[in-house]
Amino acid sequence: MPDRETIGEALSRRGVSRRALLKYTAYLASLMALPPVAASAMAEALAKARRQSVIWLSFQECTGCTESLTRSFSPTIEDLLFDVISLDYHHTLQAASGEAAEQARLAAMKENAGKYVVVVDGSVSTKDDGVYSTSSGVTNLQLLRETAKDALALISVGTCAAFGGIPHARPNPTGAVPVSEIVTDKPVINIPGCPPIAEAMAGTVAYLVSFGRIPELDHLGRPKSFFGEAIHDRCYRRPFYDRGLFAKSFDDEGARKGWCLYEVGCKGPITHNACATVKWNGGVSFPIQSGHGCLGCSEPDFWDAGGFYTPLSAGTRRVGEVVAGAALAGAAAGVASVVLARRRKAQAAAAEASAKKEPTP
Amino acid sequence: MSLLEFARGPALQAGIAIFVFGVTWRLLALLLLPRLRERSVARPGSPPAVWAGLREIGRRSLPWTGLPKASLFGTLNGYVFHLGIAIVVFGLAQHIVFIRGLFGVAWPNLSSNLVNAVAIVTVASMLAALARRIASPVLRLLSNVDDYLSWLLAFLPVITGVAAVAHLGARYETLLAAHILSVALFLAWFPFGKLMHAFLVFVTRAQTGAFFARRGAEA
Repeated sequence: MPDRETIGEALSRRGVSRRALLKYTAYLASLMALPPVAASAMAEALAKARRQSVIWLSFQECTGCTESLTRSFSPTIEDLLFDVISLDYHHTLQAASGEAAEQARLAAMKENAGKYVVVVDGSVSTKDDGVYSTSSGVTNLQLLRETAKDALALISVGTCAAFGGIPHARPNPTGAVPVSEIVTDKPVINIPGCPPIAEAMAGTVAYLVSFGRIPELDHLGRPKSFFGEAIHDRCYRRPFYDRGLFAKSFDDEGARKGWCLYEVGCKGPITHNACATVKWNGGVSFPIQSGHGCLGCSEPDFWDAGGFYTPLSAGTRRVGEVVAGAALAGAAAGVASVVLARRRKAQAAAAEASAKKEPTP
Repeated sequence: MSLLEFARGPALQAGIAIFVFGVTWRLLALLLLPRLRERSVARPGSPPAVWAGLREIGRRSLPWTGLPKASLFGTLNGYVFHLGIAIVVFGLAQHIVFIRGLFGVAWPNLSSNLVNAVAIVTVASMLAALARRIASPVLRLLSNVDDYLSWLLAFLPVITGVAAVAHLGARYETLLAAHILSVALFLAWFPFGKLMHAFLVFVTRAQTGAFFARRGAEA
């Protein structure tokens, strides 16, 4: 497909009708809670837009994010990446390899300077100048700085790129950091999740291409349309939470009846994502529906947040030793104050006795 | 480290440590103090000191039929928020899992809606107690910083808990962090102020009961 043709021309050539495009944009618009007119505006804009050049950088990651996107239902990665954008560089999906792949990236950067979007999945190693993660002899840190320099915007896909993720978990041996800590002079959109929901990625890119601006973001740089609400607030098990009906373990009666999973560690109340509404695998299910509590994977440091099976209202530190130590110290202080009091009493009694012995003149 | 992580981790741990240290210190320092030997002869027929003490604890924990009208509201309101706090602390599922995390014991929880209703009544009752303290010239004269600080530190966990459960005013993680931090503050202040009455009330009632019984007087 020629790079300079419009998306509408490209879709038409592939047999995608205007009706199908409208259906697709209506779906995206509804996902992003945009007004009804946005669907047709998005379709018009997409049809007229030049294919957006995208450079996809993979750093310290597991390819789960790409897997999530390529195995999504509607809109599929084919809909999105091959019909809407021009994926000029992607380690996993591109046919070119080695020097040719790097040349493709450099060519795309030169041709679309100031207009291309950089998508990053994976965190960036910074310790020892980032030597713990390299490709083609270049550290991720160097590659990101070089590629981001002339980018229009960056999209951090997955929790590793957005917040550091698992590589960032204690003790963080590679000095992993999120993209936003390295690139501070460009807009960075975070689409976290381990993996992220494909629709969140697709919707954000479609919005960017259609309207030429970044969607409204929350304080963690996430599109509010997908990350504006806590999973708990839209969870179908919420009525059980309100009634105080909780599964106490994964195989008790409460679990079989589908009661709330708060007591077995669900992090839904503090996790903002669209899992409970968009769901996964074409809307089939999501972790809580499948019987497991939310891990909170779209939040920063979810890996170190006190244990997946520890209820949110419970403490995260062992207190046994601390309580024993505090009790011992308290007992020592108590006994010491009693000893002092008894000594003062004895001294007072002795003084009184000696006063009695010496008759006053 | 997020605010919630700080609250659930170091803040709560420190609060519990200060609470245990302070309560152990104060109780031992009080109970091991040298006592004056009782030199008087006990009144014939007076009950043993232990029984008299326990009886007094029980008697003063029940509403007194001869209550003067002026203190009726204060007494009944005291029952309302004390029982309310007990129901909320020991009846809400989220609190039971917190206690289970500390001591490994758990019990069936009450309906969250019921606990929420009780919590709202408790909030109103505590506000009424404060209003009464401020409005009454006698109580105002008797009150010092300790009274108001103890009230505030007991009130904050209740009001932040209501807000957290109802998701009012901020995100749940922020409200939950505020709630846990307020509990940590409450625990840290508990041994050093008038909140310590939760333990000392039994000591003083028992002492009074034993003392009066020996003399054949109604406590």
